[in-house]
Order: sequence, then C-alpha cells, then structure tokens
Amino acid sequence: MRGIPRPHPRPETRKRLVRLLIGLVFVLLLIYPWLYSNYLTTVLTQWLPDTSTAFVILAFTVMGLGLNFVVGYAGLLDLGYVAFFAAGAYVAGWLASEQFANAGSVIFGGTVLPGTPGIHLSPWLVLLIAAVFAALLGALIGIPTLRLRGDYLAIVTLGFGEIIPQFVRNGDSLGGFNLTNGAFGMNGIDGLGFGVAVHHTIHQLPENFLNELDSRWFYWTALALVVVTIVTSLLLRDSRIGRAWIAIREDEDAAAAMGVPLMRTKTLSYTIGAFFGGAAGCLITLQAGSTSPDAFSLQVSIFVLCMVILGGIGNVWGVTLGGLLLAYVNYKGLFAAGHTFNSTFGTNIDIPEYSYLIYGVAIVLFMLIRPEGLIPSARRRAELHEEEEEENVIPEASTA
Amino acid sequence: MSADALVDARSVRKEFGGLVACSDIDFTVERGSIASLIGPNGAGKTTFFNMLTGAYTPTAGEIVFDGRDIVGLPQHKITALGIGRTFQNIRLFGAMTARENVLVGMHSRLSSGLFGSLLRTPRQRHEEREGRAQARDLLAYCGVPARAEHQYARHLSYGDQRRVEVARALATDPKLLLLDEPTAGMNPRETTAFVEFVRRVRDERGLTVLLIEHDMRVVVEVSERVTVLDYGEKIAEGTPDEVTADERVRSAYLGTKPVA
Repeated sequence: MRGIPRPHPRPETRKRLVRLLIGLVFVLLLIYPWLYSNYLTTVLTQWLPDTSTAFVILAFTVMGLGLNFVVGYAGLLDLGYVAFFAAGAYVAGWLASEQFANAGSVIFGGTVLPGTPGIHLSPWLVLLIAAVFAALLGALIGIPTLRLRGDYLAIVTLGFGEIIPQFVRNGDSLGGFNLTNGAFGMNGIDGLGFGVAVHHTIHQLPENFLNELDSRWFYWTALALVVVTIVTSLLLRDSRIGRAWIAIREDEDAAAAMGVPLMRTKTLSYTIGAFFGGAAGCLITLQAGSTSPDAFSLQVSIFVLCMVILGGIGNVWGVTLGGLLLAYVNYKGLFAAGHTFNSTFGTNIDIPEYSYLIYGVAIVLFMLIRPEGLIPSARRRAELHEEEEEENVIPEASTA
Repeated sequence: MSADALVDARSVRKEFGGLVACSDIDFTVERGSIASLIGPNGAGKTTFFNMLTGAYTPTAGEIVFDGRDIVGLPQHKITALGIGRTFQNIRLFGAMTARENVLVGMHSRLSSGLFGSLLRTPRQRHEEREGRAQARDLLAYCGVPARAEHQYARHLSYGDQRRVEVARALATDPKLLLLDEPTAGMNPRETTAFVEFVRRVRDERGLTVLLIEHDMRVVVEVSERVTVLDYGEKIAEGTPDEVTADERVRSAYLGTKPVA
C-alpha cells in the first residue's frame, strides 16, 4: 500500500498474497456473468445470484463503502444514509423518464426513441448528476447538522432519513407542481445504456441494458463503481484529508486544536459519502425502472450501516466484504437457505420473512464474538484490544 | 504594557453559568519569553488556555495575539495564526501512528485538497514526502525513539506520548507554544531533561512558551515571568522570585492555608 506504511509491517510475502487474492477475486467477479450462465451446475446456481441480483449486491456494496467515509473514517454516526439513495433515485426519475412530459421531448443521449415525451438524458450523465446532486444535498444537510456530536448527530440524521421520504411522498403538488409523483413514485425510468445513437453506430454496445442478456452490462457498471469507490477510499485514506478525518474520529477537540477545520472536514466526508450513496441509488433505480417513497425506509440505512460494522469499521476491504456478504444474504442467501431448508425438512416456512429476526440475532452474536468486524482496520483492532496490549507496554524512563 | 507583547489579553472573563472561571484577567506574554501560569486546581488556568486557543470564547474582554484580535475566531484559524498546544491529559490520536499524529499537526501548513489527493498530483506527492520527512525530524527533535515512529500512539509509553504531543504541537509551526502541565507524571530526571528541552525549543526555534505547571521547581527554573491565578483571579505577577515571595501567593498556592 502506498502512502503511510503500516505500523507493523507485514512480511512482504503476506502482502503479496493479499494482493494476489484481491486480484483473483476481482477477475472472478469480472467474469462472473459468463461463469454463471455457462459453467455453474444447478446445485450451485441455486445458491449463487443471477446477474441482475449480483448487480444489486454490488450496488449496495457501493453504499456500504460510501457510508464508510462518514462512519468509518470521520466517525460520524449517520442513521439517515438512505436520504442520499433517495436523492439519486429521484434524479434518475427526473432526468430519465416521462415524469416531465410537459417539458416536451428532451432527449440528450437518452436510451429512448426520438419523440418520447419527457426528459431523457444520457443515463451516464444522469448517474453523474445524481451523484453530484446527492453530494450537494449532503453538504446542505451536513452544514447545519454536523455541528452536533455523537448521539445527537445520529438522531438528527435519523430525522433527515425520515424527512426525505416524507417530502417525496408529499411532493406531488408543490405549489401545484408535481415534482415527485407522490406515493406512486416514478415509473417507466429508462435503463442504463449507451443510447440509440451509439447503438446504431456500434451494434455491440447495447442501446440499453434492460434485456436479460444485457443485464451483464449493469453488473459491470456496478462493478466499475465498486472499484472507483474502493480506489477513492484508499487514496483519500492515505492523504491529508484522510488523516484529518481519522483525527476527528479519534478526538475532535484535539483535531481542532491542531488546525483541522472541523466543519469543513466533516462536511467533506459527508459529501463524499453522499456522492456514492446517490450514485448507487441512481444505478439501482435505472435498473429497477421505478422508484417510490416506500423504498427509502430506515431499514435501508440500518442495512448499509450493518455492512460497515460487519465488515470492519474503517477498513475498505472489510467493508467491501461486509457489503457483498450482507447484500448477498439479503438478496439471495436467505431465499436459497429457505428453499433448501423447506425441501430438506418438507416444511413450508418463508425464511426471508424472518430476515430482521435473523439479522438481529446475527448482529448481537457478532458484536459479542467479533466486535471489530470481519476484517478490522489495524487501527480499530488497536482500539478494541487496548487493555490486552497495554499490559505489554513497559513504562520507560528514557530522557526527553 | 510591553511594546513587544505576543499575547495581550485585556479583562478576559469567562463564566460558565453562574461560575466565574476567569475574572477580568489582564495578561501579557512577551515575545521570545518563557512564561508560566500557576495556581491551585480550579484556578482557571486551563480555562484561560482554552480561551487563547479558541476552544472557549471569552464572555468578555479581548485577546490580541501577534497584533490581531483572536476572540471569536475558530480554533483552526487560531492554530494557523501560530498557537500550538498540548493537553493536560495527553490527547493524542490513539489509533494513529506517532508520525501520523505529527502530520495532523501540520494540517494547516499543508495544502493538498480533495483533487490533489485523488489524482496524486506531483505537488501532492512532493508535499507528502516533505511532510513525512519533517515529521520524522520533529519526532527525533523531541526525543521520540525512531522505532516509535510507526507505532500507534496509544501503544507508546507515557513519556513518549508526552513527547509526541509536543512534536505534534510544534508541527503546527507555532509562534506561541502552550504546554498544559507538561511534566505531570514525569520522574525527576525526565523533568530536568524537559526543562532543558523547553529552553532549547525557545532558543533554537525562536518560540514563545507559556506553561501551566504545578511543579514549582520547574516554574522557578524555566520561567522568566510567572502569573498566579486563584479562584479565577490574577493575584500576582512577576519574576519567579517575586512571585514566590508574595504573601498572597504563599497563602493561596504554597499551602499555608487549608486546601480549598
């Protein structure tokens, strides 16, 4: 890893092994759609997600990694992360559907046929705009709320996480203007794709990714976003900004006394977290083709927070693993487990129905057995096992 | 007051609810001097420090630092103007290495931002390299052993933690160094070495040093000027000899009257 060398340098060989493993996993993920459709036996297929489900798993992993900027690095407990998911989703609705049919037909690289009413920008552009919009919203929410600390901040962010869906639900008549289509949400949102024009020039690049075969493209887009998020995390962690975040997490007052501008630095972490939350929300919506206020429940915020905690707060690889694992369990694993359970015991229990019970028990067990997460950051390990290690520290009487 | 005052505080007052922690204190520190602030526990010394660094805003009064009124400025701006501090109870960033702690101290001296860090521009890389080298030098200067550089601060010995904290404060490139009970918990040998160190820092780096100190030996030995607070009020000021001879100080501080 470049930048700051690890405090207890691991043997070079181990480092190389880890790198090799990460590379291997990445290649496997890259060719997964192909493996899934060509080589997997039915037994495995039952347990492995299809490409569309794998897409959702990756997109949620991006959410986990995004929240890690806020919770993991800067130590700000955000219980309303779903707000940014919602922001991204609605930008997709606004800029790539027939929501604003009154505006006539504005098609700029969109994936729809000419003449379709409404605004249809290129979905790539929509993705970027969604991320930036969510980031701005993050800054806007962050500036007043991040003055609060600890539990107070958690409560206020929880509030914002609830306010946004409410606003969306009631936003069908803002002074007579239908912004959000209310409780019905938005439907008929365009798929991600290269657009009509590109498709007609290069036929290998699909116009949109919505048909079964082209769902691979969705998957790859999400995978690319995961990589971008991981790289951003790593680069920022080993920089002046990353150090300031961790310093704030460690001791806010001391950080301020050392010249770290608290508000600016905290807002930046919140903004970057929101950026990726918005991107993920937009991407998921472009695939689903619709969105509604019901999709933005507190459970989503908690779910994403669990990824960060499960994986190992502050550790990029841990959070990636936590995200993949938890999203897998939620979108595939539980169904598969339920199916296997029922066919084995001849029962008819709807296991996914009990997901929150299962998660609750799992979280409690996890906190008891391995509170530092699956792959904790070395820092975090240092914190949680402080007592044990302190016994080994022999006070010195060396001179100043 | 003195024409060359680095710090010039006038009628500084701090109230917490009904409690007057600092009552209309006039206080100056001359540029290039080593000064001490002493007084019994609860006399308002740390409160005064916190007002100097901007952690607290005075209820009334003004504080001029280096020709600028700093009342109401946020902490990071005051740090950038040139006030660095250590804390009474060591407050290092425990889960950061010694070197990272010092690098955080350099925050306001470094400039790379979001895009520089993401793009790893030549400027950013150069700055990081320079910063790391400087941090290493500072740690060595403060007597932190080289092997401690990459250890997490919370795993360091008590003495090393104190030294890293001083290095971190120096990393802010201060004009005024505030040390809040720096010798607390040090043995006599370490204390003697520290007194030497404070002088050296002042002479070599052209700093002004203000200490809060309980150890009267240290105070008498190192300071050129001593200010005594008691119950939030300034009760004496002068050279160490003058102050230790002062009747009010003797009764308030040196323990001739029952401990409050």
